Amino acid sequence: MDLKGKNVTLHDMSLRDGMHAKRHMISLDEMVNIATGLDEAGMPLIEVTHGDGLGGSSLNYGFPAHTDEEYLSAVIPKMKNARVSALLLPGIGTVDHLKMAKDLGVSTIRVATHCTEADVSEQHIGMAAKMEMDTVGFLMMAHMVSPQKILEQAKLMESYGANCIYCTDSAGYMLPDEVTEKIGLLRSELSANTEIGFHGHHNLGMGIANSLAAIEAGAGRIDGSVAGLGAGAGNTPLEVFVAVLERMGVNSGVDLYSIMDVAEDRVVPMMDHPIRLDRDALTLGYAGVYSSFLLFAKRAEAKYGIQARDILVELGRRGTVGGQEDMIEDLALTMAKEKGLI
Amino acid sequence: MSKKLKAAIIGPGNIGTDLLMKMQRSDWIEPVWMVGIDPESEGLKRAKEMGMKISTTGVDGLVPHVLDDDIRVAFDATSAYVHAENSRKLNALGVIMIDLTPAAIGPFCVPPVNLKEHAEKVEMNVNMVTCGGQATIPMVAAVSRVQPVEYGEIVATVSSRSIGPGTRQNIDEFTRTTAGAVEKVGGAKKGKAIIIVNPAEPPLMMRDTIHCLTESEPDQAAITQSIHDMVKEVQKYVPGYKLVNGPVFDDRKVTVFMEVEGLGDFLPKYAGNLDIMTAAGLRTAELFAEEAANGVIKLPTR
Repeated sequence: MDLKGKNVTLHDMSLRDGMHAKRHMISLDEMVNIATGLDEAGMPLIEVTHGDGLGGSSLNYGFPAHTDEEYLSAVIPKMKNARVSALLLPGIGTVDHLKMAKDLGVSTIRVATHCTEADVSEQHIGMAAKMEMDTVGFLMMAHMVSPQKILEQAKLMESYGANCIYCTDSAGYMLPDEVTEKIGLLRSELSANTEIGFHGHHNLGMGIANSLAAIEAGAGRIDGSVAGLGAGAGNTPLEVFVAVLERMGVNSGVDLYSIMDVAEDRVVPMMDHPIRLDRDALTLGYAGVYSSFLLFAKRAEAKYGIQARDILVELGRRGTVGGQEDMIEDLALTMAKEKGLI
Repeated sequence: MSKKLKAAIIGPGNIGTDLLMKMQRSDWIEPVWMVGIDPESEGLKRAKEMGMKISTTGVDGLVPHVLDDDIRVAFDATSAYVHAENSRKLNALGVIMIDLTPAAIGPFCVPPVNLKEHAEKVEMNVNMVTCGGQATIPMVAAVSRVQPVEYGEIVATVSSRSIGPGTRQNIDEFTRTTAGAVEKVGGAKKGKAIIIVNPAEPPLMMRDTIHCLTESEPDQAAITQSIHDMVKEVQKYVPGYKLVNGPVFDDRKVTVFMEVEGLGDFLPKYAGNLDIMTAAGLRTAELFAEEAANGVIKLPTR
């Protein structure tokens, strides 16, 4: 694979996707500490919000240690060069949240829908584009449908005003060939002015390989997370990815030793559990299940005595999508009843 | 002399047609007019075949016939944009308006919780909240009638096939309206609503999860009883309303997991979210009719 001389924009997820792995309990000090480290390392974009995006604070997904307003207000003024993004899932957050984020200095809004439901994002993408924000359409669980379907949905988001479209491997299920096919089709069919992005999870250990395939197929933005801090087995670990990019001669503008130090000295010490490919995280990737279900399934296992792996496989079989965390306890209860455990 | 109130349905789409089919079985409401704007529409043709008088020029085509045909109640299944005008024109003629759009000009109505109050006052315009609201607010109310609820949160998961372009273009309206009604009707001090759209095939049945945080230690026995009683109330007009799991108590958190199966009249059974709207709308009109027939309330004089 020859990527020499290509440019890529890296986007750190540790303070948003990483919120899942921290049960949304990252402190303001920890956030500022990591964000300033990333800024100094040259990370151009850093995402900050509840793991489920703006307005995600809930009994269903977990109440965070602080509100989105508090996190954004703490981090944004400390940034020298990095820009801060926020995620928004229509159905959870609203345009009111979007305006709040814009007022606090968020530059990039990423409007996320399930990969077949792009038309719920029209009002949010439209509003962000109208406010001249960097507006991203984020198609989640992209492994569930064909490249043609992803393209159809991407075109909707592009028509609403998105200037960048993401193919998002929320389950960490994709293998490099699939990434190549989907990103390649988006690159050839969307407007040349529309950027393409890829967001990976490491549930089958494919974060790095898939991200490289995405760059080769035409993606200009790649999500990852310092020390991999993210849902499931984490996102593409950015310090590893920066080293690989450096060896391949790809320009990311991020300093390798600096980001290695942020990972080792600032992120790893605050992890609640090692971000690794344990059997449950592996099951997410194998069965194609939304990565943030991991800790919910582990808690259901502890509470009801049903193996997390069995719960996750069944959720995959049922075609569960992002946001359906409530189905985990519900299913565990049903399975426990069937087994006579309760 | 029939005790039935004569009705018009505005909007011959999926909702309007389903409503018509349910109404044809009603002991209290007699469907007479179907109002549309496109003479070629399938919905209007269908309604005509089902014996309805039809207007192809919107509510203006109905207005001259309201008094002659003794139309007493109208169901608006169009959109929030045109509802206000429809309501103004028909209210002026003494027609009670059941609003199935998100316009919410009138007070929210969730039948087992507050329908009786609206009927007593002869509210001329009641709003049926949202599908998620109809499916979940009875459960919030079941908890809040036992003890104060500090926070109520509902998660409605609906099949992709069951939600139309109107809801999709303004999904914020769903979350805002439902959250507001969780407070105003459900009795939670603060409300939140989440909607998830799932494209699985075959389509999934509507699922609803309701979480409440009670102010003090929940009275488990009383809440459990109250929830079971409330489920039975909803089942009177939506037989497929089912408590799947719960209530689950976790400290001050009370959680119930519901499934809503529709009757499968015009809409498929999985679209319990749409069925519960039409059923709740019809139930509302029926209570007005019952109370009027029993002399409890007086309809506007003509």
